[in-house]
Amino acid sequence: MSAFDSVPVAPGAADAPLPAGTSTPLPSRKPPSGHRRLLTRRDRVALAFMAGLPTFLHVALVWVTALASIVLAFTTWDGIGFDSIKWVGLRNFHELFDNNPQFWPAVQHNVIWFVVLIAIPTPLGLFLAVQLDKNIRFTRVYQTAFFLPVVVSLAVTGFVWQLVYNPDTGLINSLIGANKPGHYIDWIGDPDLNLWAILVAASWRHTGYMMILYLAGLKGVDPSLREASSLDGANEWQTFKNVIFPTLRPTNTIVLVVTIIEALRAFDLVYVFNGGAQGTELLSILVTNNIIGESSRIGYGSAIAVVLLVISLVVIIPYLVSTFRKERRA
Amino acid sequence: MDHTPSRLFVPGPSRRTLLRGVGGAAALGAGLPLLSACGSSDTGTDTKTVTLGSNSSDAVPKKAFAEIYAAFTKKSGIKVDVNTKDHNTFQEQINSYLQGTPDDVFTWFAGYRMQFFAGKGLASPIDDVWQKIGGNFPEAMKQLSKGADGKYYFVPLYTYPWAIFYRKSVFQDHGYEVPTTWAQFLALCKRMQKDGLVPIAFGDKDAWPALGTFDQINFRTNGYDFHVELMAGKASWTDAKVRAAFDNWAEILPYSQEGSTGRTWQDAAQSLVSKKAGMYLLGSFVGQQFTNATDLADLDFFPFPEIDPSFGQDTVEAPTDGFMISKSPKNKAGSVKLMEFLGTPEAEEIYLKADPNVVAASTTADTSSYSPIQKKAYAMISGAKNLTQFMDRDSRPDFTSTVMQPALQKFIRDPKGIDSLLSSIERQKKSIFASS
Repeated sequence: MSAFDSVPVAPGAADAPLPAGTSTPLPSRKPPSGHRRLLTRRDRVALAFMAGLPTFLHVALVWVTALASIVLAFTTWDGIGFDSIKWVGLRNFHELFDNNPQFWPAVQHNVIWFVVLIAIPTPLGLFLAVQLDKNIRFTRVYQTAFFLPVVVSLAVTGFVWQLVYNPDTGLINSLIGANKPGHYIDWIGDPDLNLWAILVAASWRHTGYMMILYLAGLKGVDPSLREASSLDGANEWQTFKNVIFPTLRPTNTIVLVVTIIEALRAFDLVYVFNGGAQGTELLSILVTNNIIGESSRIGYGSAIAVVLLVISLVVIIPYLVSTFRKERRA
Repeated sequence: MDHTPSRLFVPGPSRRTLLRGVGGAAALGAGLPLLSACGSSDTGTDTKTVTLGSNSSDAVPKKAFAEIYAAFTKKSGIKVDVNTKDHNTFQEQINSYLQGTPDDVFTWFAGYRMQFFAGKGLASPIDDVWQKIGGNFPEAMKQLSKGADGKYYFVPLYTYPWAIFYRKSVFQDHGYEVPTTWAQFLALCKRMQKDGLVPIAFGDKDAWPALGTFDQINFRTNGYDFHVELMAGKASWTDAKVRAAFDNWAEILPYSQEGSTGRTWQDAAQSLVSKKAGMYLLGSFVGQQFTNATDLADLDFFPFPEIDPSFGQDTVEAPTDGFMISKSPKNKAGSVKLMEFLGTPEAEEIYLKADPNVVAASTTADTSSYSPIQKKAYAMISGAKNLTQFMDRDSRPDFTSTVMQPALQKFIRDPKGIDSLLSSIERQKKSIFASS
């Protein structure tokens, strides 16, 4: 059979940025004298090991690789021998911005992905969480049902939805009779439809994720707040709007960051669904298509990865800055 | 650009030295599965064992290959230690695999893809093998087995044609005749549509089937020589000839199955099996979808019709699979012996017994056990004036996968936007072929 080099593989180094709080622990300072015996030599070796190994892994797997892909973005390299790395300056970026018909659609789709995830599944997840928080019957069953899509591998999700959308034998087209010549609805291939078709699948999954996050947040809301607000005569909606939702602020921040990360690293679902064909191009898929394979364009793929990295940083840095500022204040 | 046609290494700028260190670390993060190559390493210099890296992970070919190796071991006393990897994984890792500690012999494809690694010095020339097996192969196969430097690097095992497949019973019932010219072909499409059939089954979800359609239309419209130049990145995609090929394609698009970019080739083949579609342009592996023996016996094919009489039907697309020796095999003598055996009709016959969808690359293999369709495929390939492989084997794989696959999907949906599409292809082609 012919060649088509495609297997879902996570994109390269500049994937999603790490969430806050994963910075490496530093070895704890030696306590002032008098407590000297607290740390034996073995303790110190163990500590050095426990702190040193993660530091090493972190530097090697995160910083070195990220920097390497930034450097490679200014070169061309086919992956065969380090001799063939050639410095080309900004050419990859010119090429990307001016000549690649898939690049700008990909940026646009990543943005649409984020907007849709924030606009639909997030409120829906919040709604479900509020309902499930009321201790209705079978709440565990509902929770499991809604959370199941999150647990299932995205590659499997993509495959299942592909069966739903299959133009000839898929569920939807068979039900509405759109699998006959002249009536075709090409959910997977039509660039006006396929992104939305996939977003339905992505939202289906994301709702469960948001629900769990909000549910955890709601469990942390002090019951006395509710009591107080009902004593003040607030109805359910007023209580939610004026009392519960504001106390969910930390959860909202996490939800925002998680959704941004999900939107930037959206990959597996689309890759399985239609390989990122026209209408569903995503930056992560462009990176993969250019780097994986036998005659790889590693420099060019790295340039796309760098663009992805820059976008991530633009989004994440303000968040980190504000979080740290708050921590310092606290 | 410091790129040479022979793909020799050209010294780069001095920053390279700096990059070398960084690149080493980068290999880890840039998604390169360098480490995986370590898994295939073998110990010692055992003259009684040859290691072989194989991409035939499917059950049927895997067993067929195992039988070939068993026959070789019986004959020579040399054991073949096979290391089979998933077909797609093998292809994706081939770069790092060949640079690491590859097996002595590995399975690969003829054409540009083979020449690429030969040019990079990652394969050993095997002119000595061909002195022994040369008589078994037709001239076209010899050409396919040579690198850009004129040395042999490849031993072909089997090949299969791309053609238009149809069901004999459907043609009989409706009184259709096999078209040989473009006009006849269009008339037949029109008739089939009137008869309620989908004239041409088509599924391009995986994006590579359309490459095969373009190949056929292009070498029928513009001839083999132009096709080769276009694939090699020499001819321009904005050439009026290319435009003419796409115009021809646009003529048959209305007769092609709708919704093709969402359909796999397997689903498209099913519409031929179920007699909903009249014809299907694909490789002979379409036979895999005909699981019922009577259906399979009903399957037939004809070569893509003539478009320009000066080229006729002289070119056949026949992808060829076979073997190469890696750059420094541990057991060179044993590898050469194995390659010599793989180039014999005997080895090919063992393989063909298991996989009836392909034909032997050698002209001396016994054809008496061939099915009628195999005999026809064999005749078509051995009678061809020119053989092509497939767009992604005849051209740079990075160009075909990142530029041509999406471009052709776009064309299929919007044939009117062809001019801007072609200039976009040409711009991207220039930058890809400029970098080495």
